[in-house]
Amino acid sequence: METILFYVLAAVTLLSAVCVVFLRRPLHNVLFMILTMIGLATLFILLHAEFLAMVQIIVYAGAVMVLFLFVIMLLNLEEISLPKEPRPLRWGFGVILALALVVVLFPIFSHFAPSITGKSIPGAVGNVSNIELIGTELFTTYLLPFEVASILLLAAIIGTVIIGRKLKG
Amino acid sequence: MVTLEHYLVLSALLFSLGIVGVMFRRNLIVILMSLELMLNAVNLSFVAFSRYLGSIEGQIFVLFVMVVAAAEVAVGLAIAVAVFRQRGTININDISLLKW
Repeated sequence: METILFYVLAAVTLLSAVCVVFLRRPLHNVLFMILTMIGLATLFILLHAEFLAMVQIIVYAGAVMVLFLFVIMLLNLEEISLPKEPRPLRWGFGVILALALVVVLFPIFSHFAPSITGKSIPGAVGNVSNIELIGTELFTTYLLPFEVASILLLAAIIGTVIIGRKLKG
Repeated sequence: MVTLEHYLVLSALLFSLGIVGVMFRRNLIVILMSLELMLNAVNLSFVAFSRYLGSIEGQIFVLFVMVVAAAEVAVGLAIAVAVFRQRGTININDISLLKW
């Protein structure tokens, strides 16, 4: 059951990722990106990371992708001419390079994966929920990175407002 | 039986797709989206390792990756809007002032 679910979800995620990269209109790309995010969130649920799945849907499918849609509407890309995409030769070159990368990545994985894959999957840690575990770790061991992350977000907000401001004159 | 390798292979494929998008699209917004795809591929392998090693650190790191990704997208899109106002295009071949 879990295997079938994994393959279906992986197929959906991969197909919509292909659409994200290869479709021509930015609006379609964004819509397929949302599908990819939801597929990844369900994969997270399959991996028993429920909290991250919810965050994935709220932050990525909710906020980030709406931001993309908003900018595309703002720029009104339908009226200006869409950038011409590269020639087929260049596309072929790109796909071959990416496949070469996959070929390089696989031996690295198979080098250290077998020591883990042989074991059975460990069950949930105790009877503590996923959210409780993440919260405890985040506010004890990883408190400093957590605060630094909030400062980073503040800097991003200020930077975005200043960059996006209309210049006078 | 779904093993760790299944997730790693899926993650590698997603990452490679993101690289294709970054290298061979010319639309700035699509390039930013492909960057997101690559970050998400890494997140997937983090969560998979966290599950199969039975430790929670991977999931906490994914949270930080998400924070950085959100900041990156906000600033990147602001730059895209500013560039569009200035030059009237978001084709990266026309925005080559800093290119050697």
